[in-house]
Amino acid sequence: MASALASVALSTTFARAVPLPENSMRIGAEKKHDNPLFKGKAFRRVSMAVSVNVSRFEGVTMAPPDPILGVSEAFRADTNDLKLNLGVGAYRTEELQPYVLNVVKKAEKLMLERGENKEYLPIEGLAAFNKVTAELLFGADNSVIQEGRVATIQGLSGTGSLRLAAAFIHRYFPDAKALISSPTWGNHKNIFNDARVPWSEYRYYDPRTVGLDFDGMVADIKAAPDGSFVLLHGCAHNPTGIDPTPEQWEKIADVIQEKNHIPFFDVAYQGFASGSLDADAYSVRLFVRRGFELLVAQSYSKNLGLYAERIGAINVVCSSSDAGTRVKSQLKRLARPMYSNPPVHGARIVANVVGDPNLFNEWKQEMELMAGRIKNVRQRLYENLSEKDKSGKDWSFVLKQIGMFSYTGLHKAQSDHMTDKWHIYMTKDGRISLAGLSLSKCEYLADAIIDSFHNVD
Amino acid sequence: MASQNPIAPSPAAGLYGGSVFANVVQAPEDPILGVTVAYNKDPSPVKVNLGVGAYRTEEGKPLVLNVVRRAEQLLVNDPSRVKEYLPITGLADFNKLSAKLIFGADSPAIQENRVATVQCLSGTGSLRVGGEFLARHYHERTIYIPQPTWGNHPKVFTLAGLSVKTYRYYDPTTRGLNFEGLLADLSAAPPGAIVLLHACAHNPTGVDPTLDQWEQIRLLMRSKGLLPFFDSAYQGFASGNLDADAQSVRMFVADGGECLTAQSYAKNMGLYGERVGALSIVCKSADVATRVESQLKLVIRPMYSNPPIHGASIVATILKDRELYHEWTIELKAMADRIINMRQQLFDALRARGTPGDWSHIIKQIGMFTFTGLNTEQVTFMTKEYHIYMTSDGRISMAGLSSKTVPHLTDAIHAAVTRMK
Repeated sequence: MASALASVALSTTFARAVPLPENSMRIGAEKKHDNPLFKGKAFRRVSMAVSVNVSRFEGVTMAPPDPILGVSEAFRADTNDLKLNLGVGAYRTEELQPYVLNVVKKAEKLMLERGENKEYLPIEGLAAFNKVTAELLFGADNSVIQEGRVATIQGLSGTGSLRLAAAFIHRYFPDAKALISSPTWGNHKNIFNDARVPWSEYRYYDPRTVGLDFDGMVADIKAAPDGSFVLLHGCAHNPTGIDPTPEQWEKIADVIQEKNHIPFFDVAYQGFASGSLDADAYSVRLFVRRGFELLVAQSYSKNLGLYAERIGAINVVCSSSDAGTRVKSQLKRLARPMYSNPPVHGARIVANVVGDPNLFNEWKQEMELMAGRIKNVRQRLYENLSEKDKSGKDWSFVLKQIGMFSYTGLHKAQSDHMTDKWHIYMTKDGRISLAGLSLSKCEYLADAIIDSFHNVD
Repeated sequence: MASQNPIAPSPAAGLYGGSVFANVVQAPEDPILGVTVAYNKDPSPVKVNLGVGAYRTEEGKPLVLNVVRRAEQLLVNDPSRVKEYLPITGLADFNKLSAKLIFGADSPAIQENRVATVQCLSGTGSLRVGGEFLARHYHERTIYIPQPTWGNHPKVFTLAGLSVKTYRYYDPTTRGLNFEGLLADLSAAPPGAIVLLHACAHNPTGVDPTLDQWEQIRLLMRSKGLLPFFDSAYQGFASGNLDADAQSVRMFVADGGECLTAQSYAKNMGLYGERVGALSIVCKSADVATRVESQLKLVIRPMYSNPPIHGASIVATILKDRELYHEWTIELKAMADRIINMRQQLFDALRARGTPGDWSHIIKQIGMFTFTGLNTEQVTFMTKEYHIYMTSDGRISMAGLSSKTVPHLTDAIHAAVTRMK
């Protein structure tokens, strides 16, 4: 790549800033400048050494657009009135507007009034945030918290927390593999790849039932090498919306125990799935109760609508507080060369909301409203599908699935048809975001799904 | 320490011998941050914290700029603002304004769309993303960093996938720049190697090349095809003038060549905890810049998906408003002036005291930090006897000094130098 460089000094001066034409080389005697840079517009008169003509980055290829974020871009470009964006996973109101929670606005105003400083947080983040986030997840009276056995580090939302954990796995468990569900959130693979943690998939989605392939899941987890890290979605599986039942969670715990695997939860929807913070923490708390050491990545993007503030945490439940202390110190060692210390704003918002009983209660109500709207939309969609589809197909999976996303069971060609004919934007795997659906558009969506399902091969 | 009730061994304990995390050792405390930890523990009323590099007022308090508070008010009180995900590359306005700030609004590189700018997590995040990009896409995977440099630099680049070498920089005998050594070491670097340059206010020494020296560095680097990677953490904070502090970077951009620049707004806008910064890659052509940007997104997405909005919005609000921008330059100059004033006071006090040695480096060095030239024993002595907290390499943060504490520091240095060698 590095071509031999011709180093030539220019004596050219420019009357105005003139871009040097590509591949140009002017030969002339070097004129020693007398520090022209001190003089106002002197950048136009600089003795130049033409360095390399070809870019050092000439070989860099255009990266493909992100599959999920690319959907919104395509949606924006569409001029059709009927268009519907069921792509990205951000909550929308019935009017299909973004939503900033009232408690968040109140917290921000409080913070402004208090006039807090903007000093660096410690590497592990805001202490008040770390305390409340662990309590929210495990329950304040949980023994792991009482015994100081949880190492909690503030992270950059879910992604950042997952990445810290993956980097930790790579460093301390270099022979271990991660097991991820098929399918899973698209970025999970990227995170493990960049952290250099090998991964393989366990069966999860059953297209025949549009439900969970439970036997396949258990078999694949069992077949994996002992001591693997099993990535589990705490609730509201993304992209399918399909969660194991409590009985199934127990059996999953059994096989994980049998194989000495380490559970690694991704909790991006606590409170947002069912409307109840405790109910949505059921799976994590079950595993904790059973005595596992485990990892949990949390995100406040959806449940507090803090998407752009990038606030989350990585929690590691250890068998002793000493192990917790050591693990925390090593997580810090991974964060420092990545970004030094995390952003303060989102952490303070969470700490203020969760730490104040009034705001906390108000938050729970707003969360119930958000989750409630999604349940309503599921209900309406199900009714429309059942009424309008004369084939007798069972659409009840729409109601059984939970959370922001639904796997419609449509394959790629059918999903493309949804976009091409009906101007409905979704990801190619058949995933729709219920958060982007209003009651008034359910009928239109139902028509589109029925058409795509039956008329496209 | 251990719980009274024996905890049942975790299911994986059998495999991992008691705990899954049995082989995870306690990491040492970060040396720089450890100074503040020790300072906080000290009950002495005369203690002074000259450790961490955050600005302090004359009263020894952290400072949030007025202009930042005003910008925040505007943002928080704007009912139309939402918290939707930023694009992977960050806030577009912020990126454009940041590039203009460092390269100059009339920079041909900007006008020709040859600059790929992405919002990152302050300086550290910008360096890390830049390093990862180079490790993946650049043919030379060695980066040369100055000796000494900020303690986090080698870790950032190593974890990014680069191998780290050093070039001579600081001359302890002159407490200035080892320019011959610098030129020799860069001359010996393999063609195309990456070179980390502190744009101004070198951390930890405070020693910067003169403009003449920068020009020589530039000529040498261009002749060897070395790739400059600027760390610009103090633009405007060093001299008090934003353009002056960007000279070194602009010099390299003006010759039409390529470079990387990591910008931080931690110090110059006092936005430390908000983690606001930007990485810019100046390319030969707009087409290359577009492709480079697309690849930067692939580095960022699996790291944290997209950057935090709050700090970047504050910066954009200030930079795009004439009046706020102007107010910022005034507050910025006031901070820089106070530090320059502290340098002068300390120098004058040491001279008045007759403390042995040449202390002129205190006023020659620039920026937040001074490399005093004191050795580890002297530093330990000063901490123990005078409750002065600083890093063991002899670095002091001038931002942590005030007119009231200069006399005490003078006493401490005098005692250290006369009683300990």
